[in-house]
Amino acid sequence: MGKYHANVDPYVVSRVRALESLLLERGVLAPDAVDRVIRRYGEAAGPLIGARAAARAWVDPAYRRLLLEDSKAALAAFALDFDRLVVVENTPAVHNLVVCTLCSCYPWPVLGLPPTWYKLPAYRSRAVSEPRQVLREFGLEVPAEREVRVWDSSAEVRYMVLPQRPPGAEGMAEAELVPLIPRDALIGVAEVRLGASPG
Amino acid sequence: MDGIHDLGGMHGFGPVEADPAERDFHAPWEPHVVACMEAGLAWPLFTIDEFRHSRERLGPVRYLEASYFEQWLDAVCRLLVEKGVVSDEELEARARVLQAHPESDAPAVVAPREPAPRAGVAQKTFRRAVTAPPRFRPGHPVVTRNIHPAGHTRLPRYARGKQGIIARAQGAWVFPDTNAHGLGEAPQHLYSVRFDGAELWGPSAEARVAVYLDLWDGYLDPA
Repeated sequence: MGKYHANVDPYVVSRVRALESLLLERGVLAPDAVDRVIRRYGEAAGPLIGARAAARAWVDPAYRRLLLEDSKAALAAFALDFDRLVVVENTPAVHNLVVCTLCSCYPWPVLGLPPTWYKLPAYRSRAVSEPRQVLREFGLEVPAEREVRVWDSSAEVRYMVLPQRPPGAEGMAEAELVPLIPRDALIGVAEVRLGASPG
Repeated sequence: MDGIHDLGGMHGFGPVEADPAERDFHAPWEPHVVACMEAGLAWPLFTIDEFRHSRERLGPVRYLEASYFEQWLDAVCRLLVEKGVVSDEELEARARVLQAHPESDAPAVVAPREPAPRAGVAQKTFRRAVTAPPRFRPGHPVVTRNIHPAGHTRLPRYARGKQGIIARAQGAWVFPDTNAHGLGEAPQHLYSVRFDGAELWGPSAEARVAVYLDLWDGYLDPA
């Protein structure tokens, strides 16, 4: 599948425009639908709800329990109506990793657009069979005594990792913590570190 | 379907290549494809299960060569042609018309037409109620069935005929194996099932790895 260069193949572009045009004519596509997609998933969408929920879970033990046990109620605190997220918590004993081997299922409402690597065969094939090696390639060595749990999103349940709060972040407020939490930590291929720029 | 999409455990795809600077869409047309797909789901013209199965039917070479959103474009177009919402000829003809006109000149709507028929009512949730209680409870050992349906399924090849443990009951959900083929939602209980890495991958499995899959009743037998 494609890499990172913009694909401006005129055949593809004209086919997209044709599809869009025919769906507009049949009333299926609203004229502002594309703008709404760009606003919802583009960079201007603002901090990920997943990062905001993780930060709140770190500072508020009751919210953490809610996020782990009733994510629908927890996400409602951020005005998100989403009934199928399971949040899995990283601990000293367990490191969690999320994948969809069969296609590319991903919790768009809390994490935005999935990164290209998540959707490509290398990750999808290897995350379930050699997760420790995959994590090593992301720069994360999980000690042998920590269990690695890989969540293959085979149904409509979506998964997000609640990373461990990094050492040194104990005194920080929720608003300060949000920008420290990169999307990759919420997928499970990174941990949160102070002083590192969020990937 | 034992197709190319069922990638879990395959070898040969090399290292994961992550671009840390990657953000947003990669080409201006990509959000347009997303909008069309989401509109198709919402109308509804098709179900998410039909969409996934359409993507699975791209063919192995096309599946691996096409960019992600090109796959989406192919999958949506095929579905709409199969359902009679548009024809290949209409798509081709409209594409030629629009390609001949730069973006700023061509009207998006060429000729107003009748609204498309709706294929049912789009639901906000995939959860359903079923009267029968779950067959399994957390802690129950199960074995997955050795099924190889030609159509859509969400039981990956790597997890067929494997022993696992019920980790959690997830409630009842639309069943994709029927819903992808217009055979109805046929909801079933869904379970999070835990598999030991060694059970799936044999002696070369990494130490202390567990894989969790969400699997429907119909994929499972008591162990």
